[in-house]
Amino acid sequence: MSLDPSFVGRTYPPTAPYQVGREKIREFATAIGAEEPAYHDPEAARALGHADVLAPPTFPMTITMSASRQIIEDPELDIDYSRVVHGDQRFLYTRPVVAGDELVCVNTVEDIVARGGHGFLTTRTEVSTTAGEPVVTVWSKLVVRGEG
Amino acid sequence: MDLSPRTYRITRADLVRYAGASGDFNPIHWSDRFATKVGLPGVIAHGMFTMALVGRAVTEWAGSPDAVVEYGVRFTRPVVVPDDDEGTEIEVTAVVRDTGEPGLTRLDLTATCHGEKVLAQARAVIRTPA
Repeated sequence: MSLDPSFVGRTYPPTAPYQVGREKIREFATAIGAEEPAYHDPEAARALGHADVLAPPTFPMTITMSASRQIIEDPELDIDYSRVVHGDQRFLYTRPVVAGDELVCVNTVEDIVARGGHGFLTTRTEVSTTAGEPVVTVWSKLVVRGEG
Repeated sequence: MDLSPRTYRITRADLVRYAGASGDFNPIHWSDRFATKVGLPGVIAHGMFTMALVGRAVTEWAGSPDAVVEYGVRFTRPVVVPDDDEGTEIEVTAVVRDTGEPGLTRLDLTATCHGEKVLAQARAVIRTPA
């Protein structure tokens, strides 16, 4: 699988806003067994200086994974998703995601490398509020396995 | 300084719950038929679920749910989850490193399943606990 290196540096239009719900954060925290009160109880979150319940550190992925379909499903890039495995994942937080946030993702193709018959695609997603306040930057490296 | 290790059990029910909560419905995380067809030993945990469990260890060590400034991992080996009540277990350990920046601490993390490393270059930067 060879990925076209000329896509490096390409930035896609902002995604439609994602409304972060309190119950979605609670559901996610429960699914990973995270019991800290600030993930579940608005009062506990306010005591830490947040407007509402905050999300565990990997929660932003639930938003960016769907947003990154812009790249994964870009017909010009032509990725066979059945051959994709997740290589690396990294988050750099300005602040935690909080219930009530309305978030927009801007995806950029940061790097494309071919090695050992496999393609390596690194995407960077800048997640910010609709008002333009930066929240978290998310990097994903996807490995597109070669045939055979 | 080493932090006390933490162990997390993962069963198929956890994977179903995580799939629903995260929106990642890839059948390699719930269908043996599909997983073996694509060459995996069986149903495997979402890498992001493993990363989330290790993230739990990080916020618990930090003593604060909002202490994480940066968190990154490399997925090196799948966590196979058998279809029984026991499931499997991952063990998480961490070593504390000085970042050289005031107020910040780095944790170098290790996550293993049956003694084999499932994450590499796993690191978190947290605000130094008071």
